Amino acid sequence: MPLDNRTVRLALCSTVVLAATAACAPESENSGNTAGDKSATASSCAPGKLSTVASGKLTVGTDKPAYAPWFQDDDPANGKGFESAVAYAVAKRLGYQKPQVAWQTVPFNSSFAPGAKKFDFDINQVSISDARKKAVAFSSGYYDVRQAVVALKSSKAAGAKTVADLKNVKLGAQVGTTSLDFINDLVKPDQKPAVYQKNDFAKSALKNGQVDAIVVDLPTAFYITGAEVTDAKVVGQFDNTGGTPEQFGLVLDKESDLTACVTGAVDSLRKDGTLASLEKKWLSEAVDAPVLK
Amino acid sequence: MTAADRPAADKDAYVPSERRLARERHKRARTRRATAVAALSTLVTGAVLFFVVTRSPGWDRTKETFFSAHYARVALPDVLEGLWLNVRLLVVCGACVLVLGMLLALARTLRGPVFFPLRALATAYTDFFRGLPLIICLLLIIFGVPALRLQGVTTDPVLLGGAALVLTYSAYVAEVFRAGIESVHSSQRAAARSLGLSNRQTLRYVVLPQAVRRVVPPLLNDLVSLQKDTGLVSIGGAVDAVYAAQIIASKDFNYTPYVVAGLVFVALTIPMTRFTDWVTARMDRRRAQGGLV
Repeated sequence: MPLDNRTVRLALCSTVVLAATAACAPESENSGNTAGDKSATASSCAPGKLSTVASGKLTVGTDKPAYAPWFQDDDPANGKGFESAVAYAVAKRLGYQKPQVAWQTVPFNSSFAPGAKKFDFDINQVSISDARKKAVAFSSGYYDVRQAVVALKSSKAAGAKTVADLKNVKLGAQVGTTSLDFINDLVKPDQKPAVYQKNDFAKSALKNGQVDAIVVDLPTAFYITGAEVTDAKVVGQFDNTGGTPEQFGLVLDKESDLTACVTGAVDSLRKDGTLASLEKKWLSEAVDAPVLK
Repeated sequence: MTAADRPAADKDAYVPSERRLARERHKRARTRRATAVAALSTLVTGAVLFFVVTRSPGWDRTKETFFSAHYARVALPDVLEGLWLNVRLLVVCGACVLVLGMLLALARTLRGPVFFPLRALATAYTDFFRGLPLIICLLLIIFGVPALRLQGVTTDPVLLGGAALVLTYSAYVAEVFRAGIESVHSSQRAAARSLGLSNRQTLRYVVLPQAVRRVVPPLLNDLVSLQKDTGLVSIGGAVDAVYAAQIIASKDFNYTPYVVAGLVFVALTIPMTRFTDWVTARMDRRRAQGGLV
């Protein structure tokens, strides 16, 4: 029975092929792992000797476009803008000079994907939270964030003095931000908030009157009203509720050996006042906005 | 057949020969054997895949990130609420697309020199909107139309996004309908005209019924595709099923909500496919009712 033989043979073949892949797949992964373990044992925070993604270089990730005032001219490598400056300061503490820092474009969505990371750390205004710590590792915080409300001067949201005044306005925020959490958890508006992929879309919607106000972090709010939507104003900032203030942290792979070293670097930058002076240099506008009670 | 006829029919009822019985037995045995082989091979494949996936070194992380029961529960209500937007958009836009697509196809297939401008316009329309990437069409309409600040024109991103979907998809569907219309052999038209039907009657009673029946499968393709693309209106800030998933995913860095949203869409598509199969089968039965010539 030739047909039957063929079926059997096909089944056998596919089994063999699958078995072969089964045999290979874990093996190759394992070999990668052992290599990682080996370097892990050798690693310490010795300057310039970390087990980085590309040896001898520190690879730093951020999204594109890189927004002001965190970066300038959409070019993280120019050292201008708060986060660019922080990244280079951290790199220096770890023993990597400016030419040894390589930048990678890492979309926000893939920065927390499981699997091998193509960066040593990612700096992209990512707020630290316990839920997120299950997926990635964070350095200690390098910036205390405040969320702020931006509205057109002509909008009904412009005169808001309290959080309650925002209840019946249409609010917008970028997806994946704590700005959105503030809207949902603190303001609890009557209308569902509009959620945008990028702050650019939120800004367009604000200009078009599709939303009455948008919520962004305070430095971004001042940048928007100062440079991009000049007929808008910062209505106010939210009081930081709860005990721990919201902080931006550097994102690392959960299994990264560098987390302790990077955290040490950030802590020392905070202690010796470097972070404060960088903040003053790049985010000085964002000093004061009325607090929405 | 009534009960009274039956004994008469039984008398010289068909008795299968030994040879035939043997042949059928053999066929049944072969089917059983084939089923057994298929089942075994499926089982082996499944087992191997299961083994490969669960023994891979990253499985625990992957399981936690993509198949977390906790996040599935958290995401499902939001995803379903978002899905309601997808479904409404699908129904309304689907109906508009079918009508507009049909009108465009008719305009393109009109004969006679007097209709040249109409033909040219319809051709230009399909060329333009089939070529224009949907995402650009959506961006231009959702953010561009309100920027004109026209009186009485909505700024609602869902309505504007729906309009953009209709514009793009009616161009695709028009081409599908046109292909159907042109696939009806010209002898059908000639026969109808020689029976004394007018041009319009020919189209209505002879050409279109055959044309539509022939293009049901590709039309379904376009509808399923539309169903998934309805989510793109989220670019304007509206929250559909996929976007609801993204909001949770990027808040807590867990991908499970995406899996939930994906399954929900698949669950929606399968009944739609079965429904169209049923409609097609019914149309075929009705066509066969008059007897084939």
